[in-house]
Amino acid sequence: MGAELSRHVKRNLVAYIALLPMAIVVIFAYLGTMAWSVRLSFSSSKLLPRYDFVGADQYLTLFDTPRWLTSLGNLAVIAFFFLLICFLLGTLLAIFIDQNVRAESLFRTVFLYPYAMSFVVAGLIWQWILNPDLGIQHTMHGFGFTDFVLDWVVNSEMVLYAVILATVWHGAGLVMALILAGLRGVDTEIWRATRIDGIPAWRVYVSIVLPMLRPMIITSLVLLSISIVKMYDVVVAMTNGGPGTASEVPAKFIMDNLFERANIGLATAASTVMLVTVLLVMAPVIYSQYFRKSGRAS
Amino acid sequence: MSSVSLQNLEISYGNVAIVKSLDLTIQDGEFLVLLGPSGCGKSTLLSAIGGLVDVSGGRILFNDKDVTWADPKDRGIGMVFQSYALYPTMSVERNLSFGLRIAGIDRATIDKKVKWAAELLQITHLLDRKPSALSGGQRQRVAIGRALVRDADIFLFDEPLSNLDAKLRAELRLEIKKLHKTLKSTMIYVTHDQIEALTLADRIAVMKDGIIQQLDTPLNVYNKPANEFVGSFLGSPAMNKVEGQLVADGDRLVFTAGDFRLDASHYPFAQKVEGGRKAVLGLRPEHILPAKGDAQAIEGKVSLIEPMGSSILAWSNFDGVSLSHLVGQDDGCEADRTFPVTIDVQKASFFDVETGWRL
Amino acid sequence: MMSQAKSANASKRPLTYQEVWGRIGIYTFLGLLALFFLLPLYVMLVTSFKSMDEVRLGLIFSLPQHFSLDAWVKAWTSACTGLDCTGLQVGFGNSVKILVPSVVFSILFGALNGYALSFWKVKGANVLFACLLLGSFVPYQVFIYPLVRFYAQTGIYGSLPAIVITHIIFGMPVMTLLFRNYYSGLPVELFKAARIDGAGFWKIFISIVLPMSVPIAIVAVIMQVTAIWNDFLLGLVFAGRDNLPMTVQLNNIVNTTTGERAYNVNMAATVLTSLVPLTVYLVSGRWFVRGIASGAVKG
Repeated sequence: MGAELSRHVKRNLVAYIALLPMAIVVIFAYLGTMAWSVRLSFSSSKLLPRYDFVGADQYLTLFDTPRWLTSLGNLAVIAFFFLLICFLLGTLLAIFIDQNVRAESLFRTVFLYPYAMSFVVAGLIWQWILNPDLGIQHTMHGFGFTDFVLDWVVNSEMVLYAVILATVWHGAGLVMALILAGLRGVDTEIWRATRIDGIPAWRVYVSIVLPMLRPMIITSLVLLSISIVKMYDVVVAMTNGGPGTASEVPAKFIMDNLFERANIGLATAASTVMLVTVLLVMAPVIYSQYFRKSGRAS
Repeated sequence: MSSVSLQNLEISYGNVAIVKSLDLTIQDGEFLVLLGPSGCGKSTLLSAIGGLVDVSGGRILFNDKDVTWADPKDRGIGMVFQSYALYPTMSVERNLSFGLRIAGIDRATIDKKVKWAAELLQITHLLDRKPSALSGGQRQRVAIGRALVRDADIFLFDEPLSNLDAKLRAELRLEIKKLHKTLKSTMIYVTHDQIEALTLADRIAVMKDGIIQQLDTPLNVYNKPANEFVGSFLGSPAMNKVEGQLVADGDRLVFTAGDFRLDASHYPFAQKVEGGRKAVLGLRPEHILPAKGDAQAIEGKVSLIEPMGSSILAWSNFDGVSLSHLVGQDDGCEADRTFPVTIDVQKASFFDVETGWRL
Repeated sequence: MMSQAKSANASKRPLTYQEVWGRIGIYTFLGLLALFFLLPLYVMLVTSFKSMDEVRLGLIFSLPQHFSLDAWVKAWTSACTGLDCTGLQVGFGNSVKILVPSVVFSILFGALNGYALSFWKVKGANVLFACLLLGSFVPYQVFIYPLVRFYAQTGIYGSLPAIVITHIIFGMPVMTLLFRNYYSGLPVELFKAARIDGAGFWKIFISIVLPMSVPIAIVAVIMQVTAIWNDFLLGLVFAGRDNLPMTVQLNNIVNTTTGERAYNVNMAATVLTSLVPLTVYLVSGRWFVRGIASGAVKG
């Protein structure tokens, strides 16, 4: 076996060398940093890393921190509404565009352009539009509707929905583009068959076409989910977590504790919680998407 | 000029054995065809001979030199692929010369060789084109040319004609046969097409499940199949198979299946067969001949006829056994009528019921 | 296409009442949503062409009465972040300095990894690749602090190399996936033929595989230019004071000004920051969509 292995390595030596950078990145930049973060979460590190061991203290503190609990709750609310609205809106857009409309490419361009913009831009611009002294409320007052109130960005009850609005604006086009690409791939004969059977178009979409687009739907949900977990820029630009902590999110909580509050132990404990959550959710998805019907290379 | 010898060769992917302890010697200048259904391991075996797949056991010798672990380029081989595998971004000329350039051969020699190969394959006018601007047949000629310029001692063909239409396939088949006659190189050719195998080969190795079932000349493989699999894999229309028993009738052996009886005393048994042995009779349709007033003729009731152009394939019932047989256009064979035939038992095959091997 | 199949009938005979109302419904739905999607861009553009007086007195949705480029000039040359009033041009320059090497190297590594993964048998490579993919789903916050420490140890923290290396690291999963999937679609016989022709690892890569990679490389460029230009977090943490990218500078200009907010300048600055990805998007069209799709699903 040993001789065989060394012969194999020798024949493919250059390939091993070529993959060395990737190996280094995976082992050090991904796995190593993860391990280090997890390790620090069990220490009492504050401004500088310490390598003592305080058990689950940081985690206990973490789940005793109102700001962290708020940010988790906020993330849940955002995730629920963002995924729901983005998906429904994107799918509806795709189906409507698929009705052989004129100026199709113009509509497509308009619905997808926000996705090309930075989250910072998305956050800033919606902050202005929803700003009571500048945007829609100000305009309505200018028209004489002085009772009109639209103060989402400064109202701690509604600020999350302002964030959701900005992110839906940013991401709905992505769902539209993916679903539309899927719709265009559906066999023409399926449509002919359903016409012969006299099935109404909406039934065909719901019962036949959308189930066929499962891979596209999974893809768009995965992409949207990642953007939620990583959500940071848009909140920083739009509300900076405020008013108060009303729009705090976990990624921002971690960044603040790392760089402003000098509480590395707490920050790494929070990032470990995020890491574990993501791994639990994503590992099966990755496995089924990328490796089940793996290419011939393996 | 080279001979190839495979000794106790094993190839496996993970735990799946693709080729199992295979021994095969190919003579210098021989045209050997590896024939078998898809998944039988023939292409994998060819890739291993080319050094593109690592073997997990055994040895590969070229001219008694061990090349089991030699790099593909050092084996003196040329290879032609089913999908042509032309480099799409290079012109035909560069496709042909790529290997020679890598080997650092001087410009004049390269030009000479490319010119020679292009003329041999009549693709000189295509040299400046990109592969995408060529037809399927032209692409395959270029692919063959790429193998030619390498001065290979051994040519490996991996189903080279499978992607072509029937007419081009026949044309290029002839071309390859001529090429072999001209170059006298050793050629190993993988196909699942029996016509290619029968027309091209000096010897055919019929493979199934990673094991060579029979290695013999085309005629012998066709006429004396070593087992039931080989018998039914070759031949179109397919061989009839009847399960029954060989019984002793006096000093003669007679094959019986229900009421159907066939005198087997003139059959060249390879081994001593006792009466009462269960056997499968294999009969090719062309070995059941229209009886022209013969005494031993048997009558069959024709149930269906399939005109095949030059001849007619008839399906008839002989004493409860349904057999297909070939009749001429003028033999007056019609459905729902009786038709007399004689069976040439010397050309029939008997197989063991259990093992499938020829008796 | 199915839409043509559906329309072929529709165009031959006059539409029924129901169908007319259906068409009206479709265009109303799409039109209203198009307005919603365009609203922010419209607001940014009209405001950026107004003077500050007009912004103060007028309404955000009205067209500028006196068309003025002052806000744009100010945003580009003299908008302030704190005490530093050099405008967005600094951030633009920084973003370009970050963008070019990051895009080039991340694509090169992606192509190399994808090629080695799909054509060569390297033991353990698929496990590495799985880890890399999984890593791409993990929030940056998990990696950031250890990376900061690492860069600080090697003395490159807060410099151009640090941010470029970081972009290469975090671009590697999607780039590798992109090229691996593309190469898996190429016939493996091509690779075998090249092996028999005597080409080795690098020769096959450079002479055969790279010239065939143009379509996927275009997709990769679009994806990486957009992603790296729009990045905020990594630039903020790793680039250092002197190399802050345009997005970070934009946020600083908008969110740290004291006194009256110059909305016209801020909006001009926002449009300026969006120009590069918007141009890429408008020019690349369907390639952009292809990038989104191939970045996440196999094939």
